[in-house]
Amino acid sequence: MATAALKFYSTTIGKKMVMAVTGLLLALFLLGHALGNLQLLGGPQQLDGYAAKLHGLPALVWAVRLGLLLALGLHVLSAIGLWLRNRSSRPVRYQVQRFRETTYAARTMIWGGPIIALFLVYHLLHFTTGQVHGSFEKGHVYANVVAGFKVWWVSLVYIGANLTLAFHLYHGMWSWLQTLGMGHPKYNRWRPIFAAAFAGVVGGINIFLPLVVLLGIRR
Amino acid sequence: MKFTLKVWRQTANPKDTGRFRTYEASDISPDTSFLEMLDIVNERLIERGDDPIAFDHDCREGICGTCGCVVNGFAHGHQEGTTLCQLHMRSFDDGQIIWIEPWRARAFPVITDLMVDRSAFDRIIQAGGFISIRTGSPPDGNAIPIPKDDADLAFEAAACIGCGACVASCPNASAMLFVSAKITQLGLVPQGQPERWDRVRTMVAAMEEAGFGACTNNGECEAACPKEIPMDLIARLNRDLACSLLKK
Ligand code: SF4
Ligand code: FES
Repeated sequence: MATAALKFYSTTIGKKMVMAVTGLLLALFLLGHALGNLQLLGGPQQLDGYAAKLHGLPALVWAVRLGLLLALGLHVLSAIGLWLRNRSSRPVRYQVQRFRETTYAARTMIWGGPIIALFLVYHLLHFTTGQVHGSFEKGHVYANVVAGFKVWWVSLVYIGANLTLAFHLYHGMWSWLQTLGMGHPKYNRWRPIFAAAFAGVVGGINIFLPLVVLLGIRR
Repeated sequence: MKFTLKVWRQTANPKDTGRFRTYEASDISPDTSFLEMLDIVNERLIERGDDPIAFDHDCREGICGTCGCVVNGFAHGHQEGTTLCQLHMRSFDDGQIIWIEPWRARAFPVITDLMVDRSAFDRIIQAGGFISIRTGSPPDGNAIPIPKDDADLAFEAAACIGCGACVASCPNASAMLFVSAKITQLGLVPQGQPERWDRVRTMVAAMEEAGFGACTNNGECEAACPKEIPMDLIARLNRDLACSLLKK
């Protein structure tokens, strides 16, 4: 069983399926994360109460954290494996190469990855552990978020990173269906629409929240 | 019509890394096909005592899959659903510069000029592109009932001529469209069932072995394919491979 799994993983299709499943898990977390954070609009009590409620379930929090770490690790590992292979699959490049169908999102997946990873590190140091936050106070989520986003360049970093994330999600959210073999002429045209909606909701919320603070709607 | 050709020239000498050469193609009738235009250029090169440009071709009617070059950045040229041999010079602009390059992929090494070695495709076919049959007297036609939708899709997949444009146009030089066409053609009909799950494993293994890249769902393959094989078939290939792992 273990050798069969390793053998499967050694193929490109195996790695892609691992990327698809882990990517889907990460994307579902991002959706939940973004929807939860919308409670910023409800004010300090609402958001801090939500955070306190989550932290009241340490088993759940740690299970999710470990699961995400595992998914992220496998996602990145597979991406590197595939990237290395694809880099060597065309040693002599074309003088002229024109594309007809591929999207900007599809071709920049591999660059979106490291940008999002760097942003993730920054984001955790900023809002979770507070090292790069000027006035971090544990448990005061609302105050931390508002103080963080008030700095215009911090908001800009969040907005830029989430644009990249939205592109990554757009290609990823229809790609996983194709990779896991879920395709049918009847509903294939809905796949990009679903992906755009998903990427739009997650990216949109994550860009909307810093804007809400920057524009002084929440202070 | 008149064209300026920038053609990739590379001798069979393994040390030769190749280069582009410029040729003027004048007095070309708009009704010549792309390959006929190359024939005319070649005749003039031979008259001059130069080496003619080597390129692959056979049927010249879009059914054999032998021809193919990347023309101005498009595999088989800019016209959709058309092999290079079926592309005509009237679809170019008079005086246009035309870049002509061989398929580029690690798995398709250049033999000379515009000819590449596509035996990697043959190895994939040898690995599983067959069915077991009872030999002897011919069976009755239509003796095995096949649902119409399956027959249609298998037929659509069977249109693949193995030209390699999918690999050539893919940003990752992946052969997934070709393999998915074969898997679909053979795996959808009853005659292909006995080997179905072994076939997908062995053909994918041969594809990996040959050094093709991994699919990133770009869709360039289906846009370049002269037989318009849809990339839905790649989802089917993925599905069959996943199922085959659960079978044994
Ligand atoms: S799938 Fe299309 S492009 Fe690829 S080998 Fe077959 S006919 Fe050529
Ligand atoms: S020469 Fe046969 S398909 Fe073009």
